[in-house]
Amino acid sequence: MKTQEKIEYKATSNACKLCSPLGASFVFRGIERSIPLLHGSQGCSTYIRRYLISHFNEPVDIACSNFTEETAVFGGGANLKLAVENIIKQYNPKLIGIATTCLSETIGEDVPMILKGYNKEKFDENFPEIVSVSTPSFSGTHIDGFHGAVRAVVDSIAVKKKISTKQINIFSGMLSPADLRHLKEIVSDFSTDYAMLPDYSDTLDGPLWMEYQEIPEGGTKIEKIASMGDAAASIEFGRILAEEESAGKLLTDRFQVPCYSLGLPIGVNETDAFFNALSIITGRPVPEKYIQERGRLIDSYADGHKYVFDARAVVYGEEDLVTGLASFLSEVGIIPIICASGGESGLLKQKILDIIPDAENIGIRIIEGADFVEINEEAKKIDPDFFIGNSKGYRIAREMKKPLIRVGFPIHDRLGGARIIHVGYRGAQQLFDIISNTIIATRQDTSPVGYTYM
Amino acid sequence: MEALSKKRIDEEKVSLDPDEFIDPETLKLEILSKYPPKVARKKAKQIIVNRKETEEKYPEIQANVRTVPGIISQRGCCYAGCKGVVMGPTRDIINLTHGPIGCGFYSWLTRRNQTDPSTTPDGHNFMNYCFSTDMEDKEIIFGGEKKLRAAIQEAYDIFKPKMISVFATCPVGLIGDDVHAVTREMEEKLGITIFGFSCEGYKGVSQSAGHHVANNGLFQHVIGLDNTVKDGDYRVNLLGEYNIGGDAFEIERILNKCGITIISTFSGNSSVDFFANSHTADLNLIMCHRSINYVAEMMEKKYGIPWFKINFLSAGAMSQSLRKIAEYYGEQKLIDRVEEVIAEEMPAVEKAQAEVRPRLEGKLAMMFVGGSRAHHYQEMFREMGMIPFCAGYEFAHRDDYEGRQVLPNLKVDADSRNIQELDVEKDPERYNPRISIEELEALERNSIKLRDYEGMMTDMPSGTIVIDDISQYETERLLETYKPAVFCAGIKEKYSVQKHGIPMKQLHSYDNGGPYAGYRGAINFYHEIDRMVNSKVWDHIKAPWEKSPELAARYTYE
Repeated sequence: MKTQEKIEYKATSNACKLCSPLGASFVFRGIERSIPLLHGSQGCSTYIRRYLISHFNEPVDIACSNFTEETAVFGGGANLKLAVENIIKQYNPKLIGIATTCLSETIGEDVPMILKGYNKEKFDENFPEIVSVSTPSFSGTHIDGFHGAVRAVVDSIAVKKKISTKQINIFSGMLSPADLRHLKEIVSDFSTDYAMLPDYSDTLDGPLWMEYQEIPEGGTKIEKIASMGDAAASIEFGRILAEEESAGKLLTDRFQVPCYSLGLPIGVNETDAFFNALSIITGRPVPEKYIQERGRLIDSYADGHKYVFDARAVVYGEEDLVTGLASFLSEVGIIPIICASGGESGLLKQKILDIIPDAENIGIRIIEGADFVEINEEAKKIDPDFFIGNSKGYRIAREMKKPLIRVGFPIHDRLGGARIIHVGYRGAQQLFDIISNTIIATRQDTSPVGYTYM
Repeated sequence: MEALSKKRIDEEKVSLDPDEFIDPETLKLEILSKYPPKVARKKAKQIIVNRKETEEKYPEIQANVRTVPGIISQRGCCYAGCKGVVMGPTRDIINLTHGPIGCGFYSWLTRRNQTDPSTTPDGHNFMNYCFSTDMEDKEIIFGGEKKLRAAIQEAYDIFKPKMISVFATCPVGLIGDDVHAVTREMEEKLGITIFGFSCEGYKGVSQSAGHHVANNGLFQHVIGLDNTVKDGDYRVNLLGEYNIGGDAFEIERILNKCGITIISTFSGNSSVDFFANSHTADLNLIMCHRSINYVAEMMEKKYGIPWFKINFLSAGAMSQSLRKIAEYYGEQKLIDRVEEVIAEEMPAVEKAQAEVRPRLEGKLAMMFVGGSRAHHYQEMFREMGMIPFCAGYEFAHRDDYEGRQVLPNLKVDADSRNIQELDVEKDPERYNPRISIEELEALERNSIKLRDYEGMMTDMPSGTIVIDDISQYETERLLETYKPAVFCAGIKEKYSVQKHGIPMKQLHSYDNGGPYAGYRGAINFYHEIDRMVNSKVWDHIKAPWEKSPELAARYTYE
């Protein structure tokens, strides 16, 4: 493993991470009748909206407490209360999810304290749940904001009524709406009840509107979140997350709900672990439908392995996504020759080694806290076959004349980022077909003959 | 202009049922009733049904006033206006964001500004880069100046740029990092121009504050650095043109064809080299009045360069602006050349207009965008036979709506006061009035108005609706009530408009299209609007069983 060669840059050029309030906004958009509210300058909500919107091709409303110069000096309590009031009047939401920003964190705003003094009486029963999460953009990345918000929601809403249920809590991590739909389908096919948080499969990927929707329909129901303390088990995806504070662990500590910490179910190995866990929790066998799906996937691996074997991929994105993709790529014989993330949990290297124990011998380079300038420098040394990650890698892929397979977030130079399935056997099948065909197409296009037969 | 009454709408065959036409005043009241009383009082001044009160006077609109917390606005921040809009499109300056990672990432070439580095000898182009000090906890606690110094040094070592500018984000001002002191120190050390912008996001009302900060910075640190006088008979600067989708390239093509030389564009397809000797031009042409009028005024005071407003969007406005420039110079050679160019370009434009008009005639368009574009694009729609029915700006001031004559009456509030107004004096050596008072008066007699902008409302018929800083909710109500054929705004509104099955054109970054400026641009735009409005995809919104339920319910044996 060659992490020691890394040049220590002071500045970040072309970052491979976004800021934490963006992650929190993602989560709050995935709860029924919920409005995210950023406590900070209006630029934060505008920038984050534009990024989410350009990926999902969907409307995304995020409110803001609109700091001004005086607010920055004297505190934002009054602005925050006014924002909450205006949101209630306009949207009548069931939940307002407040995320802080670097501005409110720098001046040391205590959001729970501000809200304590709120006069709820004037809103009768219409007062929504209010959840706040601390997301200064100078700590961690968007994925920390995402997991932090999930944990904050569970922390303030989940209870234990001591009614034992068959419910499974699913903490999916930052996946696509199509992924979330697929996960729901899988869990439902085990004939069990579930609570998935967040669930933006409808709110961020919906049909045309027949009439105006103040808040798009869908999202995790508050009652479902409340019942998480009584669940039979939680499943939480992310090998990095498994080492950190999380919603699943909170439910174990507080309500003794067992938590299965699994890798993101990308590729056969990680998906098998997911189905195995579902089978154990529900006591039911894996449905025939998925046995068939897995069978077809392995059949295609058998048919396609010779085309992809030893191809070398540059993988980048959130640490857990990179870990998941590395697991999938290595199981089909592709070498994830560069695994890079803007995240700096300090765990990426170990997690990749857990999956690919001989990573060192193969020459896999793992770059933590990476930006695209570093990824570019490393990539130039090894002449990879393709890049796999979000739209931000396009510049270097273009410069090196290599294909970029778009996955993850943000995808703003193609349609359908919301419809990519990464997880399950179905996701692996789609990824495998796209990757194989990309490699085959490149060989075909660059060959002097250009055979039309494989 | 004649009032756009119910009757006129009927005559113009607007795609509205006249019986169901809702009076704009009624709609306004309906919208306001949804807001808490305090918000409603404020919003009442921002939603205006346009009407000409006297020859000169239009109703007053409240603009450039803070957005109420919790109301979802489309506005950006001071940093966005400074770094993203004005400084972002310049290819050979390193723009370094001093702050946590979000701000730099989100402003990373999202505006589709184009540039042609082959026209500057060093070929520098840093626009594909996003540089940030990526401040973390320890810098917030112990200060970030050390990291900023190191980042500037690093940028210099790697790229050897001619110029570096630093942008302060929200936490920077609060923890007391002095970007100006650090940049001065590094400028001395490295011997290139380095300067900072105090454009913290919480300053001012919107991105408009950032435009002003950027104008000040350019004027203080860049304009006037190089006194080389370039050749050319008619030498102009083009201000407030950002080369989205290649607009500036098309404008350059036409101006060059007329024999007019562009010394510098602020700041589409721009280089700091061009900025540096822009003070040697004869004339400043202003495209986007909101974002750049400060530089024009300061250049006039210091160097004596006059300015006037032009518009190169739409064929009509393009020709009118070219004629205005020719009349300003008053030389027959230029006047004739301009007419030749117009005569050459117009047949293709007229052909395109004739093609699209039958399919677009009388349809409604709405545009809520920017600080100028909502005005500039109205002529474009009229050329297609469409009616610009509702319009508004995101971050403009009253003068952009009502005209510059309101300027003396504008109240300076706390938000405007904290953006520095530079004290500008005549340059002892380089001040050179390009035009005498007598010449100026003669021009005004020929109705060539210098230093003037008449604003958007004066160009809109009575009965049309003007809304400042439109909210998501108000947008929805307009769509629902008037069902326009096309709605123009930015990416943030794009998908909520399309959710209603209404075509939406992005006028900030042009979706994937452009150029739309100039003659070829206008032709592009006509065709694009035609394709969007008349696309077959809208036919599928309702499934057959929704269109006629009895069809779905009919049994086969019937």
